[in-house]
Amino acid sequence: MAAQTRKSWQFRRPSVLPGFGLALGVTLFWLTLIVLIPLAGLAIRSSGLGAAKFWALAADPRTLNALRISFGTAFLAAILNVAFGIILAWVLVRYRFPGKRIIDAMVDLPFALPTAVAGIALTTLYAPNGWIGQFLTPLGIKVAFTPLGIVIALVFVGLPFVVRTVQPVMEEIDREVEEAAATLGATRFQTISRVLLPGLAPAVLTGFALAFARGVGEYGSVIFIAGNIPYVSEIAPLLIVIRLEEFNYPAATAIAAVMLILSFSLLFVINLIQSWSRRRYGYGA
Amino acid sequence: MAHDTQALAPGNYARVGKATTERPLARWTLIGISLVFLLLILLLPLAAVFFEALRKGPEAFLEALADPETFSAIRLTLIVAGISVPLNLVFGIAAAWAIAKFEFKGKAFLTTLIDLPFSVSPVISGLVFVLLFGSHSILAPYLQSYGIKILFAVPALVLATVFVTFPFIARELIPLMQEQGTSDEEAALSLGASGWQTFWYVTLPNIKWGLLYGVLLCNARAMGEFGAVSVVSGHIRGVTNTMPLQVEILYNEYNFVAAFAVATLLALLALVTLVLKTLLELRYSAEISASRRH
Amino acid sequence: MEVRVENIRKEFERFPALHDVSLSIRSGELIALLGPSGSGKTTLLRLIAGLEAPTQGKIFFGDDDASYKSVQERNIGFVFQHYALFRHMTVLDNVAFGLKVRPSSRRPTKAEIRERASKLLDLVQLSGLEKRYPTQLSGGQRQRVALARAMAVEPNVLLLDEPFGALDAQVRKDLRKWLREIHDQTGHTTVFVTHDQEEALELADRIVVMSQGRIEQVGTPDEIYDTPVSPFVFRFIGQSNCLKVRVANGEIWLDDRPIGLPAKDEAEGEALLYFRPHDIEIRDGCGGCIAGVVAASRRVAGTRHLELEIGNGHALMEIELPPERAAAVDRSRLAFRPTKWKLFRE
Repeated sequence: MAAQTRKSWQFRRPSVLPGFGLALGVTLFWLTLIVLIPLAGLAIRSSGLGAAKFWALAADPRTLNALRISFGTAFLAAILNVAFGIILAWVLVRYRFPGKRIIDAMVDLPFALPTAVAGIALTTLYAPNGWIGQFLTPLGIKVAFTPLGIVIALVFVGLPFVVRTVQPVMEEIDREVEEAAATLGATRFQTISRVLLPGLAPAVLTGFALAFARGVGEYGSVIFIAGNIPYVSEIAPLLIVIRLEEFNYPAATAIAAVMLILSFSLLFVINLIQSWSRRRYGYGA
Repeated sequence: MAHDTQALAPGNYARVGKATTERPLARWTLIGISLVFLLLILLLPLAAVFFEALRKGPEAFLEALADPETFSAIRLTLIVAGISVPLNLVFGIAAAWAIAKFEFKGKAFLTTLIDLPFSVSPVISGLVFVLLFGSHSILAPYLQSYGIKILFAVPALVLATVFVTFPFIARELIPLMQEQGTSDEEAALSLGASGWQTFWYVTLPNIKWGLLYGVLLCNARAMGEFGAVSVVSGHIRGVTNTMPLQVEILYNEYNFVAAFAVATLLALLALVTLVLKTLLELRYSAEISASRRH
Repeated sequence: MEVRVENIRKEFERFPALHDVSLSIRSGELIALLGPSGSGKTTLLRLIAGLEAPTQGKIFFGDDDASYKSVQERNIGFVFQHYALFRHMTVLDNVAFGLKVRPSSRRPTKAEIRERASKLLDLVQLSGLEKRYPTQLSGGQRQRVALARAMAVEPNVLLLDEPFGALDAQVRKDLRKWLREIHDQTGHTTVFVTHDQEEALELADRIVVMSQGRIEQVGTPDEIYDTPVSPFVFRFIGQSNCLKVRVANGEIWLDDRPIGLPAKDEAEGEALLYFRPHDIEIRDGCGGCIAGVVAASRRVAGTRHLELEIGNGHALMEIELPPERAAAVDRSRLAFRPTKWKLFRE
């Protein structure tokens, strides 16, 4: 017994399948070479700046504004994506209507369409004289070259994240749960708001986090429509590029480090919430 | 009571048996909202690409495409994708084999690390390579003395693209192979097949559609990547400009027809990807990873 | 409350699931809808609940025509086979849900809701688990929460769809007894669907036997078991033997011999003789009997089941004997005669 307990720590459970060493070796080598060393380089460079200098660079007003705009617009866009994404997923899962299959396939367009193409197309549409912009201008709404334009671009890139995380969970909703709510006298609205949506919360949260993380880092689709006015519509990734073009590597590094720290802590918190929900309710996403 | 007479009308079961659906008005409102939203956010932008490209007629469109700089951008995009995708394919299969078919310590952590590039801004993905190979880096003297040019050249473009598309294939394969388990492989081994034979004749046929699906997504992203590539390319016309970068340059020069003409090629690539992806999902949904997340 | 179903017909995409079914359920009774899968029993239950709309027909709750009412307006309690609990709510919130969603004019105060939910949890013996979530409960506990939740709205009728179908055999038996006790305490009119005849016989005041979208027989467990009105009920409830016979000269004939059963009032001609394996007597000499060779013998609980080969292409006959009696028979020729039987015409 004692011998067995002592032996119970092992790096891997024995298996008759071959190739573990080779496969894991290739994986670790490639991961280290492509991902870990470059990211470590960034970490070393930013810690090499020293706390005081790092803080000075990160607290630069233009940097702070760019970060605020990036995180603010990404948050807003992710909220919009949650609202429309839930409706869209519901429509795709529950209703039958002509063209549904095409619509379903189209949802993945932002995954497949290069961001630069999306950027120039959205700019053309929402510019003051564009197909959509011309109707908004008389209303006093300016989209292109304002933070609102950034939000539109981020809604575009983030949409599939919400739809594709919520959709499979919706498909698995037990119809009997809805029927149970109805037999207890709940109106359709009460069933949806009190029973179905809370059950979807973990999936919605995941979709939100993915859309938000993508939105914070997005570059290609935003720079065309944003107008890129410092302090107003200049996003953090663009500021990194600007600092790089000025050969101001320390500043670029500091902004990047702050962005990564914020994004990772956010994802970490969301993971905590998910595992808490899984422990408590027995499900998560 | 008027209400009662209506309720007693023969055959008026309209409100019975509707526990799991909304009233038609609510239903059509939601469908309407979805369609308008998709029209404004997805369909009109796509249409605008083609419309703007053909605004001055097909001749101007073709002329823009015939430009030698555009031609070299297409060539470079194909080269970069042609190198990055196979590299990530080999990596994806190796990672999926190790993670899906074996139990070992730190597996969850490894999976998280593989997903890491998804949560890194493309610009930062480019930046890390600038920091690594740029003129201020520790590697710079060695690279210079051997005359190796990485930054602002094809190697950096490939590295940045590989970084960005790193998780795509592995992420498709891991859940798929986990679902399939190890019994098929064990059976093959027990019948005397070698490791490679087992992989080639048993594992690969089981995952081929999932693999193709992953390659498709990986390729779309590799050809369309903008932010990371933009940072490491140096924008040397005709030399280090990929198609998305060419679009940016033409657009910033107010050469809209040409910008959108190149954009149509990328949009067509996206549409072909979507069509193939949908076909794969329709025909082989069971053999493609159950989770359609990205 | 009394529930009446009048001439209900239900078609799914032109496929008829129920043909012209009428049924009257008495106030306070516990009634079972029993039948094989596809017999329409669950459809009938869902029609009463308002979860499905009938193609034709009416449903009355008391004197009130509920036919066109939505499920919410019918005020019924429904228990699903797979519990259908709200997994993001605690046990207490699940039970209280039906009261919380009432319009404010009919909604009890928060304290009253809490109290009623706690009382119900007491009734279903789950006090102390109020704060648990459904995934932290066993199957039997979940189904008890589901029942408490359904009773919280003080329903006109409790409808249970295979309530024990997803549970282990032992838990099933316990819950069965317990459901009967709860019913006797609360007196709710209760309809439950089952395909398990033992469950129906043990639990119900009356049983509705259904087959292929029609009601075959309605009666107390004794009536259903002792006097089945159709070959289907005979076959479906308990064990039975079926033998092709002929009625002639006021007697029942098996092939060319009378078997000693008088049939004075029966019409002449071909018929099917049904009898239960235990409703027989062994005959020593055979002046009119069924005789055969013992082909197999199995011990089933307190009795021994013998299978008899009676020749001439007839099916095997199964009879039940006390084990010591079975040990003493002549296995090469065993003669018996049904003591209780029924004839059906094809």
